Amino acid sequence: MDFNDTAAEAEFRATVRAWLEVNAADYREPPEENWKLPEFIARSKAWQAKKHAAGYTGITWPKMFGGQGLTPMHSIIYGQEESRFHVPQGLYSIGLGMCIPTVFTHGQPEVIQRYVPKALLGEEVWCQLFSEPAAGSDLAGIRTKAVKDGDEWVIDGQKVWTSFAHASDYGIVVCRTDPSMPKHKGLTMFIVNMKAPGVTVKGIKQMSGGSDFNEVFFDGVRVADSHRLGAVGDGWKVALTTLMHERLAVGGKPRYAPGYETLMKLARGVDAPDGNPAIAASDVRQKIAQTYINDQGIKLTQMRALSALSKGQVPGPEQSISKVVVAKTMQDLASFALDMAGGDGFVAGADADPELAKLQGSYIGSAGLRIAGGTDEILRNIIAERVLGLPGDMRPDKDTPFNQAVPA
Amino acid sequence: MNFDFSDEAKELGEQAKKLLAERAGTGPARKAMAADAPAMDAALWAEISELGWTAARVPEAHGGLGLSVEEVAQLAEAAGGSLAHVPLVSTLLATEALVLAGTEAQQAKYLPGIASGAIIACVAWSEPGAVNPANVKTIAKGGTLTGVKQPVADLALAHVAIVVAAGEDGPQLHIVDLADADTAAVETVDLVRRHGTLTLKATPAEALGTAGDYQDWLDRAAVILAYEAIGTAGAAMAMTVDYAKTRVAFGQKIGRYQAVKHKCADMYIKLELARAHALHGLAMIGTNGAELRQAAAAARVASLDALAYCAEENVQLHGGIGFTWESDCQFYYRRNRALVAALGPRGWWAERLVRALEQRNRAAA
Repeated sequence: MDFNDTAAEAEFRATVRAWLEVNAADYREPPEENWKLPEFIARSKAWQAKKHAAGYTGITWPKMFGGQGLTPMHSIIYGQEESRFHVPQGLYSIGLGMCIPTVFTHGQPEVIQRYVPKALLGEEVWCQLFSEPAAGSDLAGIRTKAVKDGDEWVIDGQKVWTSFAHASDYGIVVCRTDPSMPKHKGLTMFIVNMKAPGVTVKGIKQMSGGSDFNEVFFDGVRVADSHRLGAVGDGWKVALTTLMHERLAVGGKPRYAPGYETLMKLARGVDAPDGNPAIAASDVRQKIAQTYINDQGIKLTQMRALSALSKGQVPGPEQSISKVVVAKTMQDLASFALDMAGGDGFVAGADADPELAKLQGSYIGSAGLRIAGGTDEILRNIIAERVLGLPGDMRPDKDTPFNQAVPA
Repeated sequence: MNFDFSDEAKELGEQAKKLLAERAGTGPARKAMAADAPAMDAALWAEISELGWTAARVPEAHGGLGLSVEEVAQLAEAAGGSLAHVPLVSTLLATEALVLAGTEAQQAKYLPGIASGAIIACVAWSEPGAVNPANVKTIAKGGTLTGVKQPVADLALAHVAIVVAAGEDGPQLHIVDLADADTAAVETVDLVRRHGTLTLKATPAEALGTAGDYQDWLDRAAVILAYEAIGTAGAAMAMTVDYAKTRVAFGQKIGRYQAVKHKCADMYIKLELARAHALHGLAMIGTNGAELRQAAAAARVASLDALAYCAEENVQLHGGIGFTWESDCQFYYRRNRALVAALGPRGWWAERLVRALEQRNRAAA
């Protein structure tokens, strides 16, 4: 066993590294203060165009759609190398990671021709409009409706938790087109112009104070039938393609999140209740061990997946445990460390210790991470049902027409 | 990146699981539980010796197959999953000590017999009253050992014991011929695997390597035992999942209820974390990697966590039937205690893990 690249991987890594050394030279250090949105967008677009010219966009996409036709391992190696720099990241991850693969899998040729190249080049930004106020974990409970009117569809309703909707040019939106069918059957997917009349985007301020998400309102928004993705009524199947691409993204502990080292460092400067240094306290040491086991365990589990990819195999189901472990571990560690710091762990703002401020951010952020992209509970359902083969949850509304309410 | 078992090791693991599914499992374990049952399944031992399982790790020069610790891990997992009533893991742990720390003469004396299955070896690690396993009370002096080791798995079957005793430089491995030793059976919570008490009174013994070798062996033993625990935990999880797919309550299979399925998911999560660390341990053994100490300790802790959770919730999710003598749940529940006793509790290994992390951080600073 080894953790080394194959010869071909090492060669690709060296090429990428050499290119980044020259082209990402401005991004060696993190920005002194966070970029405002217009600057972030401008920098993202410039960086994407640079990557595109060098052939580092759409690494795993088929060549016929402008991609490089390479393996997931190439894409991962590029990502690893790029992450050593502080280039602008995130603006395209949903569009290119999820939306556009759905477009080129289910779109008509002229639609693919029109949208895919501009998206890859970074000229146009995309968002994904799936979740609704009443359709989160129960995603198929979508109420936003699309009604056929000649060669067009008219969309009315509301979406929520839409990342980068405020910066997007286009989105893929799943709508209910036949409420007389059971919930999974009456859905259809469309491409929607985010600048079209009737689209209103409103930012959501989160518990953390940040605004990563939006509400999006549709009021009589018209979409050409040519912009339908997949057959009428196949929206659920199409959405699963999109979500499958989401799952391919290897998730791990966020880069900024404190780990066991933070607790170790902190415990050297704090007293335990018995007056001895906290680093000598058994509960602190057990917490350090548990945090290492969880975080490092996920990292190693991902290496198992990478190892499979590197050999051209399909990774096993084990990486499905990643987010559910990482998010809760982050919360537990932050909570434990802030407890240990007493009142200092509570003082925020300019008076806060920077290390403790980071833990406060991690404590608050982890509460969101436990929900985003599948709650802890839904992820446990997925592990139990898809990996262990247990029967699905009871779903009394699964087979009834959507417009016939099931009593709660 | 190649972070996986070799194809050869996987193949041996498949063969072992297949044979033990036929020849071991909870049925034979139940027979073995009877007070007058033999201390091992002698026919099975003969068969697996014939297949070369005990020879796997023994160098070819000493009549073995010279395979890697990956094969040993696969065998330990198969043994753990099937509760096989043979002293296989004891012998594998002792073999690892001889391969790691034995002199040429010591290896020549014992390894060929181990390879053929003629010599059964055990590990005498625990002591009565020992709270901190670092404070070994059995004393090595002038080529003899004095002290009491208990509980010792498979002691009644074994011809030789690898005994941990305190020498001048701290705890260290020794090898003791059990032909004339003072041994007695001791009852334990595990009713299948037999344990004993080894009383040493200036008993002749040969030192096996240095105090440093003992620490290195502990790492390797922790990884091998992690695979046994993973095997047992996996079997307990499979038993739970099977039951949740068939048992009906309130008009539904109980596996439909999230209270049940989320526990099954947690079993899987804990098992996969244990697998990740145990594989890391194997990778470090195979490459003499600098992270072996932390990887081994993490594998030990994570595997004990997985086993405790799977064994305990297996009984719980079976409900009343799971608490009956007739139910097979008790085998995993009781074996959990045996695997903790085999090499010390979770807390001690978590401390060893943190020390390894501190040492690495100091080295990096």
